[in-house]
Amino acid sequence: MASVGKILRRTFLIGSAAIVGGVAFGGYYVTRPAANPLKPGEGEAALNPFVLIDQNGVTLFAPRAEMGQGVKTTWAALIAEELDVDLDQITVLHGPAAQAYYNTAMMGEGLPNKGYDISNFQHNLGQALGVIGKVVSLQVTGGSTSMKDGFERMREAGASARETLKQAAADRLGVDRDQLQTTSGHVIAPNGDKIAYTDLAEDVAKLEPIEAPLRDPSEWRYLGQTQPRLDMVGKVTGTAEFAIDVRLPGMKFASARMNPKLGGAMNGFDDSHVKSMPGVEKIVDLGNGVAVIATNTWLANQAVEAINVDWGDAPYPPETDAIFAKIAEAFEDKPNSTMRDDGNVSTLPEGASEISAEYTVPYLAHATMEPMTAAALYSGNKLEFWGGNQAPTFMQTKIASAANLDSDAVEVHTTYLGGGFGRRGEFDFGVIATKIAMAMPNTPVLTTWSREEDMRHDFYRPGAIARMRGAIKDGQAVLIDGQVASQSCTHQAVSRITGFAGGGPDKVLVEGIFNQPYAVPNYRISGHIADLDIPVGFWRSVGNSHNGFFHETFMDELAHAAGRDPLEFRLELMKGEHAPSAGCLEAVKEMSGWTGQTPDGVGRGVAFTYSFGTPVAQVIEVVDEDGSIRINKAWIACDMGLALDPDNVKAQMFGGMMYGLSAACFGEITFAEGEVEQFNFPDYDSVRMHTAPQVEVRVLETNRHMGGAGEPGTPPSMPALGNALFDLTGKRARSLPLINQFDLLI
Amino acid sequence: MATALKINGKQHQVDLPEDVPLLWVLRDEVGLTGTKFGCGVAACGACTVHIDGEAVRSCQVSLSDVWGDVTTIEGIGTPDALATIQQAWVDHQVAQCGYCQSGQIMQAAALLAENPAPTDADIDEAMQGNLCRCGTYPRIRAAIHDAASKLKEA
Repeated sequence: MASVGKILRRTFLIGSAAIVGGVAFGGYYVTRPAANPLKPGEGEAALNPFVLIDQNGVTLFAPRAEMGQGVKTTWAALIAEELDVDLDQITVLHGPAAQAYYNTAMMGEGLPNKGYDISNFQHNLGQALGVIGKVVSLQVTGGSTSMKDGFERMREAGASARETLKQAAADRLGVDRDQLQTTSGHVIAPNGDKIAYTDLAEDVAKLEPIEAPLRDPSEWRYLGQTQPRLDMVGKVTGTAEFAIDVRLPGMKFASARMNPKLGGAMNGFDDSHVKSMPGVEKIVDLGNGVAVIATNTWLANQAVEAINVDWGDAPYPPETDAIFAKIAEAFEDKPNSTMRDDGNVSTLPEGASEISAEYTVPYLAHATMEPMTAAALYSGNKLEFWGGNQAPTFMQTKIASAANLDSDAVEVHTTYLGGGFGRRGEFDFGVIATKIAMAMPNTPVLTTWSREEDMRHDFYRPGAIARMRGAIKDGQAVLIDGQVASQSCTHQAVSRITGFAGGGPDKVLVEGIFNQPYAVPNYRISGHIADLDIPVGFWRSVGNSHNGFFHETFMDELAHAAGRDPLEFRLELMKGEHAPSAGCLEAVKEMSGWTGQTPDGVGRGVAFTYSFGTPVAQVIEVVDEDGSIRINKAWIACDMGLALDPDNVKAQMFGGMMYGLSAACFGEITFAEGEVEQFNFPDYDSVRMHTAPQVEVRVLETNRHMGGAGEPGTPPSMPALGNALFDLTGKRARSLPLINQFDLLI
Repeated sequence: MATALKINGKQHQVDLPEDVPLLWVLRDEVGLTGTKFGCGVAACGACTVHIDGEAVRSCQVSLSDVWGDVTTIEGIGTPDALATIQQAWVDHQVAQCGYCQSGQIMQAAALLAENPAPTDADIDEAMQGNLCRCGTYPRIRAAIHDAASKLKEA
């Protein structure tokens, strides 16, 4: 195992400056409490950054983006569990962008271990690294980290608030704090009298917070139980507010067009015929694009589309084939990382037979249901901003810079996100909305992207190629030697966030392929970074989204070459390596009644990916219906370690799978003349009601550490489907999307 | 010239060019933001509303072509008084990001009005124009079946 010093000298996730800088700061900066962003008014008590109490009620803060994963509810449940308030009696808000809301779990993910095999020491080291998240104000929702991040801290916030409230009541009643109980937002006196927390707001505001131990899990009443989601009623009545729904007095509506040759310049534009179009109030030169502010979004969009623009060329090869040729060139360079190098892959073990295959996956758009949207109100020395965003502190910095203001002069309101999937961790839409609003000071302007603008100006999941070589002997895999090449989303994101070039070994590029719990004696995985300037970013499950497909399709090829059942083949390699992972495979075997045999016209495939601390196995069944192939059923088993809300975990698992199936079947972003060729959903379809499988999910809790839920359902779906199609047709899917090779039901 | 519209039982006078789609009349003029914009080309169903009870994509209906009374998600129930179908959505915890659900519910409501006991095949047929990128389809299906049986009891 690498020493701590060695790990820290290496550069992970966001580069050496942040890591080394953070640790050096350590002693002072890290222990200094982050300022409480809640500014209580008269008669209000902000007991910590997560609990605010006044005469009217209790408000909890869940400063993580609610993009469908249920974080608002479960985060609030963590606080409520210790605070003794009823979830239906409180208000839950997202709160402002603030350092106090940093993510502790995200940095730990950057450590160069496989995850499933980490010791408690490494686990703690990951938690220690989490403090760096505070140094860099890493208020990010992503990486399936919210529950790992909030689990301890939010219960502590609740416990501390409870004990401090009890102290206020004890002072008032003249009794000791330990004589008091709490229930449903009240302190209970020894004689049974109740004092509402709201009545204690004024007194408790004068006290120092009290630290308190956490309750034993056996006493939990919310955690581990399914809770009704706090956002559900709003979302079924059209009253939940997304960024696109923000309405302010005097609001105007804008539409923007940026260069479709991504990153290219704007040479000039002619808007002479546009100024007189209906509803048009202002045409805005964004430097690298144009926008129209109008009285109505549709009128703004009609007008902006009518502007004649002379666009400069893109800084990357203009055609898809040339782009993939460039990705393949990366194999010729020294690897950026070799995160796994077990045994010796150079020599073929005696008596083994060798198999090799090359796999290719395309660039992918996020295609959130709500296109990129943000509202801004600029008043010269102040900027107010409304948006659905996964990284409010970074957004605040970026839009402040766009408006030439200090971050303190920028207020960020985070609305519900109409889908995130990683896209809303970017800032481009916020910066554009800010620049547009600056053209009309003191008037709130809502900028809504057209679907076409959204699909053609994404930070795409990078296209990737894998070259896999393996060997089997006596029915077992004895060698896996894999190389993956793609652009690095990590390096690009670092450069966008910090302004400095990202560097160092990119773990994300090889996650999902170097760290799979299979005991193969000779096992090497290397990552190669393709030097291309297509905008790429974090797409649900990130590197796992391509590597799951590569690894698990190859595993299937090895199993078939060995003449083995692909599920048993995996199970045998996994059993001694990581029992919870093997448990997931055993679970889907039982749930699906897997026999290794399927009748004519039915195909089944299995796949497994360990990602974000959670092992997930899936079996997918396809059926041939008069020459058209339909995905009929899916079985999912995951091991969360601890599932704080089991039903919500199930929703995330099948949702993650559907997102992966959409990409596997239909998802493909291609380029011609430097422009993305897909415009709208007809060119970039998803699974729909009639093409989505019936699904059964089982949530296991044997793993040592709590895993993430939002992303791990995605990676195994793609190979499981490809492997099912192989079982049905005998044709091996070595590239995606599958619609290009199979007659899938559409 | 102002155009008269009846939306959720209430009369509105709208002063916009006649080719503005109903979707953008509802959202940016009338202030009914429950109806969502997803694609603008009738490919996702997020903008589904009812005109005289029929489910239509409001992004494809020009202001001058609105042929009857408009009902939006706000018109079928409210947080304090949920419609049966909305309650079924809550009971089955359907929504994730929730952005498409107004359209899903309006499409499903029209299906149930026409077919009080839809089969899985009927649901496939009626709902396939409504996209959900979160993949909530299994729970939408369950909620429709549940709403159908509750409406039958009522």
